[in-house]
Amino acid sequence: MTILAKKPQSLTDIPMHYCPGCGHGIVHRLMAEAFDELKIADRVIGVAPVGCAVFADDYFACDMVQGAHGRGPAIATGIKRSKPQAVVFSYQGDGDLASIGMAEIVHAAVRSENITVIFINNAIYGMTGGQMAPTTLVGQVATTAPKGRDPKLQGWPINMCEMLSQITGAKYLERVAVDTPQHVMAAKKAIKKAFENQVKGVGFSMVEVLSQCPTNWHASVDQALEFVRTQMMPQYPLGVFKNEEAK
Amino acid sequence: MTEKTLRKGNEALAEGAIRAGARFFAGYPITPQNEVPEYMSAYMADAGGAFVQAESEVAAINMVYGAAATGTRSMTSSSSPGISLKQEGITYLASADLPCLIVNVMRGGPGLGSISGAQGDYFQATRGGGNGDYRVLVLAPNSVEELGNFPKLGFELAEKYRIPCMILADGILGQMMESMSFNFDPVDPNQLGKMQWAVDIEKNGRPKNKVFSYKGDNLIADVVERAKRYGLIEKTEARYEERNTEDCDVLLVAYGLSSRACLEAVNKAQEEGLKVGLFRPITLWPFPSKRLAELAQKTKAILTVEQSLGQLVQDVKLAVNGKTPVYLNAYPAGGQPDGESILTAVRSCLNGGKEGLFDLQAHAADFAYECKRDASLGMQGDCKGGK
Amino acid sequence: MYQGIRIAGFGGQGVVSAGILLAQAGVEDKKNASWLPSYGPEMRGGTANCSVVVTDGEVYTPIVSTPDTVIVMNEPSLPKFEPLIKKGGVLILNSSLINSRPTRTDIQVICVPCNQIAEELGMARIANLVALGAFIKVTGAVSLDSVADAMKKVYKRAKPEMLELNKKALQAGYDFVK
Repeated sequence: MTILAKKPQSLTDIPMHYCPGCGHGIVHRLMAEAFDELKIADRVIGVAPVGCAVFADDYFACDMVQGAHGRGPAIATGIKRSKPQAVVFSYQGDGDLASIGMAEIVHAAVRSENITVIFINNAIYGMTGGQMAPTTLVGQVATTAPKGRDPKLQGWPINMCEMLSQITGAKYLERVAVDTPQHVMAAKKAIKKAFENQVKGVGFSMVEVLSQCPTNWHASVDQALEFVRTQMMPQYPLGVFKNEEAK
Repeated sequence: MTEKTLRKGNEALAEGAIRAGARFFAGYPITPQNEVPEYMSAYMADAGGAFVQAESEVAAINMVYGAAATGTRSMTSSSSPGISLKQEGITYLASADLPCLIVNVMRGGPGLGSISGAQGDYFQATRGGGNGDYRVLVLAPNSVEELGNFPKLGFELAEKYRIPCMILADGILGQMMESMSFNFDPVDPNQLGKMQWAVDIEKNGRPKNKVFSYKGDNLIADVVERAKRYGLIEKTEARYEERNTEDCDVLLVAYGLSSRACLEAVNKAQEEGLKVGLFRPITLWPFPSKRLAELAQKTKAILTVEQSLGQLVQDVKLAVNGKTPVYLNAYPAGGQPDGESILTAVRSCLNGGKEGLFDLQAHAADFAYECKRDASLGMQGDCKGGK
Repeated sequence: MYQGIRIAGFGGQGVVSAGILLAQAGVEDKKNASWLPSYGPEMRGGTANCSVVVTDGEVYTPIVSTPDTVIVMNEPSLPKFEPLIKKGGVLILNSSLINSRPTRTDIQVICVPCNQIAEELGMARIANLVALGAFIKVTGAVSLDSVADAMKKVYKRAKPEMLELNKKALQAGYDFVK
């Protein structure tokens, strides 16, 4: 018998709790594959967020820390500065990273902390039940924007990669998606590069992943994938926003 | 032991922490503790550790959370309003059972308050400003010497019980210079051995370690289990100092800088033929209730001297439990006691006078207050449009 | 012996460093000593002051609210600190810069032309040490030798000739008080 596919060693056997169609599981797997392929599994230390991925500390086989909402980059800073040989990642959602944790992500980039940030942008607060996120699209309905996001009242969505690209210390910024096999392959490449960067000492690297949330978008999986393509990508174009190699 | 040298409190604290093996410091500027991060920025790297000037107090305490999770002796320092901001991180540190050192060089409050030295954060330190059932071990130094030596004690207690430890110092203690010596040899953190629970590199086949704060369905068991450690701490780690407590008519209770003014009062009282003793809690949590309760039975009155508005006195009353009258001599918001002002209150305790004794309701006796609104506006303007 | 001292003057007159020197001298004498500056906004321009305690026993509070001795180096400090002095205490007054005189009669007043003496030695900046010398003569709180030892520790980067000049200023203040 030939083994065509198997679970990466960097994932545990604990069944994931994510909803059907959710992008988190895909991204977890891509990260775990990167750890295995880069042979860094033994020195990866991850920071799990508050949000749907709060249980990520169960799913990754590496040592994990789970901390306060939005503070992942600060926690990762503390870990990395104490254990410079560790490969440290902060896994964050959009409310976590772009709202309550805005100062932490910006200043981790300013200091060019040599960490890897995986940013899941699904334009909604998932765990708390579908409230408006800083990345919620104009007109998109959320439980705290029942008539849809109105820029007059709630402003416009925030583009983190574009914003962070203005910061000298941010060395690698790429936005990817996990809606199609092709995009998943590209996402894998970006994630792997963000970790390779850390091993090489390049500095602050972040991959933003456009992800789907069928549950809180009240959509079928197909509709959700369609939403990513037709609604999110115009606001959040895929691509590399910064790519500086180590000097 | 080192020879006595003249050191500034904040610098003694910072040097003491490095000597005690602190190898991670994150902080944010705030008066009157700025010498601590300044000292760390100059010397931490030489000691092989890391210093980060954080973007906020919130980030600083969370950096400590990350560093402490690796088993590194980690710390932050701040002053009152900054400590308010750190409360989120402190409750997470407590819930994740992470040892660390948090220093509060107190200033006047509430709010931005003033930069004068004060003791208004007793409740914040001992009751916790963060959410949930947790405790922080609180050490209250009253000299530059203790400021320099408590970081080692703090780290040891924090690690022994896996609990955040706070050094609660007065602003003046941080700003003053005093002759002091370190009572321990520098600690090499590499010789301390690894924490079995810490996240680290090179797992070498051990099971993965997790440091986490979300306990979900296991929360009750988790909190109840931690409470056993709290009980053990209360039983074994209460620290205090006594002066003239065996035969006194009035027992003063004070911590930190106030206790030094009390010492002046104790000595002056002797010259006047008054019998006054001093009980100084060194740990504010655990509060040395047991010993205070014993002493309460031997004295006529207890006078709490604090640079706050009736905070310490609550623990004193809980400990004394009605056995002896407890009075309050208060100097809130940056007020400073001296021997004479304390003695005035002591005399009142003995002769039934009121001078120097603070009573909140007596303070408000002739005060009338009415909440006034401009009724003429009534239901005008936008209000009409409401559904 | 318990000496509580306040030293006050303009920022730049060296009142804060004179206080550190005095406290360090106390340590050299194997006494206990403390020093506390006025800090915060009030140290940005205007007057500065510090509290020093030198004692054979324990230092109580480092805030000297009723000083045994006050050294005032400028005019605005006189009305501020004269009222605080303990009955029977000492006021050392820099008569080079202060025209007013104290009104209290229950204290000992020593007028020392600190700036004039310092300028005669070639440097107005060391007027603080002239005042300190006078203080030592009046109170005996620390010895002249211990201040000289303390200088080496407090003024770590001072050149030897500067330390010599400092010592001369100290001696001149000491000798001025009869």
